[in-house]
Amino acid sequence: MSLWEYANPRLFMSWTRSVLPWTFGLAGVCLVVGLIWGFFFTPNDFRQGSTVKIIYLHVPAALMAINAWIMMLVASMIWVVRRHHVSALAARAAAPVGVVMTLIALWTGAVWGQPMWGTWWAWDPRLTSFLILFLFYLGYIALWEAIEDPDTAADLTSILCIVGSIFAILARYAVFFWNQGLHQGASLSLDAEKNVADVFYYPLLICIAGFVLLFVALVLMRTRTEIRVRRIRALQARGQHA
Amino acid sequence: MIALLKRDLRLALRAGGGFGLGLAFFLIVVVLVPFGVGPDRDVLSPIAPGILWIGALLAALLSLDRIFALDFEDGSLALLATSPLPLEAAGLIKACAHWITTGLPLTLAAPLFGFLLLMTPEAYGYLLASLLIGTPALSMIGTFGAALTVGLRRGGLLLSLLVLPLYVPTLIFGAEAVRRGAAGLDASGALILQGGITAGCFAILPFATAAVLRINLR
Repeated sequence: MSLWEYANPRLFMSWTRSVLPWTFGLAGVCLVVGLIWGFFFTPNDFRQGSTVKIIYLHVPAALMAINAWIMMLVASMIWVVRRHHVSALAARAAAPVGVVMTLIALWTGAVWGQPMWGTWWAWDPRLTSFLILFLFYLGYIALWEAIEDPDTAADLTSILCIVGSIFAILARYAVFFWNQGLHQGASLSLDAEKNVADVFYYPLLICIAGFVLLFVALVLMRTRTEIRVRRIRALQARGQHA
Repeated sequence: MIALLKRDLRLALRAGGGFGLGLAFFLIVVVLVPFGVGPDRDVLSPIAPGILWIGALLAALLSLDRIFALDFEDGSLALLATSPLPLEAAGLIKACAHWITTGLPLTLAAPLFGFLLLMTPEAYGYLLASLLIGTPALSMIGTFGAALTVGLRRGGLLLSLLVLPLYVPTLIFGAEAVRRGAAGLDASGALILQGGITAGCFAILPFATAAVLRINLR
C-alpha cells in the first residue's frame, strides 16, 4: 500500500477523523505548556525586559507563515503532477491559516517593535518580505474565490502558487538589496554557534511544536470541510438531474 | 509569429485609446504627484525615480486586461490554440506586442516626465536604461496575469491584486538603479540583476502563460 492511497477522499476522511482530535489535543497541550512556561517561568531579558516574551508567539507564527506557503507549493505541485483532489483542497485550506499566521507575526512584531525600536513599522527587509508574502496570500485566496469551476480553480491557483513562489523568493532577496535591516538575524539555526539562551530555547521549541500541530489540525479540519462541501455539491447536482 | 505581432500591433493602434491611454495615464500620475507632495525641488527630485517607476508600472497594468480578453471573447484565442503556432510562442508575442505599445513609449517618454519632476540630470541615462531593461518583464508578467484571469467576468481588480506583488522585484531593482545613478553611485549591479529578472521572466513565463491559457480554454 503506497502513501498515495491516503489521498483517496474516503480513506482521508476516515483516518483524519481518528487523528484530528489527537492533533488538536496535542497542539493545545503544547501551546498551554509552552506559553505558560515561556510567559511566567522564564526570566526577563537583560535589555528587553518582559517584551522578550513576545518571541513565543512571534517566531512560531512567522515560521508557520512561511511553511504554510511551502506546504501549499508542495500540494499544488502534487495536484499538477498527480491530480489528487485532496491535495488541491489541502492547498486551498492552508491559505487562510497562512494569512492569519502572517498577520500574527506582523502584529506581534509591531507590538514588540514599538517599545524596542521606537516604531511600529520600519521598512526593514524581513518586515517588508512578510508584507509581500501577505499580498501573495491575498492574491492566491482571491483567485480561488473568483473561479466557479473547482478543477479550473485548482489548476489556475496551483500554477499561480508555483510562479508566485519564484517571485516571492526573488522579492525576498531583492528587498535585502534594497534596504539594510533593523531586524535581528536568525537565532534558531541548527548549525549556528550563537542561538538564543537555553532558558528561552526550550519553551520556544514547545511553542513551535504547538503551532505546527495547530496548523496541521486546522488544515486537516478545513480540508475535511472542503471535501464535505464537494460531496454536498455533487449530491445537489445529482438531485437536479434526477 | 510575425503576422500575429503585426495583427496585435495594428489592433492596438487602430482600436483607439489603447495606445495613447497608457501614456496619458503616466502623464497624469506625474502631474498629480507634485500636487500631493508639494512643488519643492528638495522633495520632488529625490522621489522622482520612484514615482516614474510606479507610474510606468501602473500604466502597464492599465492595458493588461486587453491582452487576451477580446481574443477570448470572439474566439480567436481558441483558433490560436489550435493553430500550428505553439501557444507558448503566442503568449510571448502577445507580451512583445504589449511592450511595444506601452513599455516602449513609456520608456521613451520617461525622461521628459523626469524633467517635470525636477529629476537630477545624472539620473536620466539610468532611468532610460532601467526602464528599457525592466518594462519587458512587466509586460511578460502582466501577460501571465492576464492569461490567468481571462475567463473571469470581473477579472480587472483581481488582475492587479495578482500581478502587482509579482512586480515587486522588478520595481525594486529598477528604482534602485535610478536612485543610485542619481546619487552618483555605481548602478550596474542593480541593472544587471534587473536584466536577469527580465531574462528569467521571458524564459519561464511563456510556458506558464500557455499552461494557464490551455486550462482556461478547456
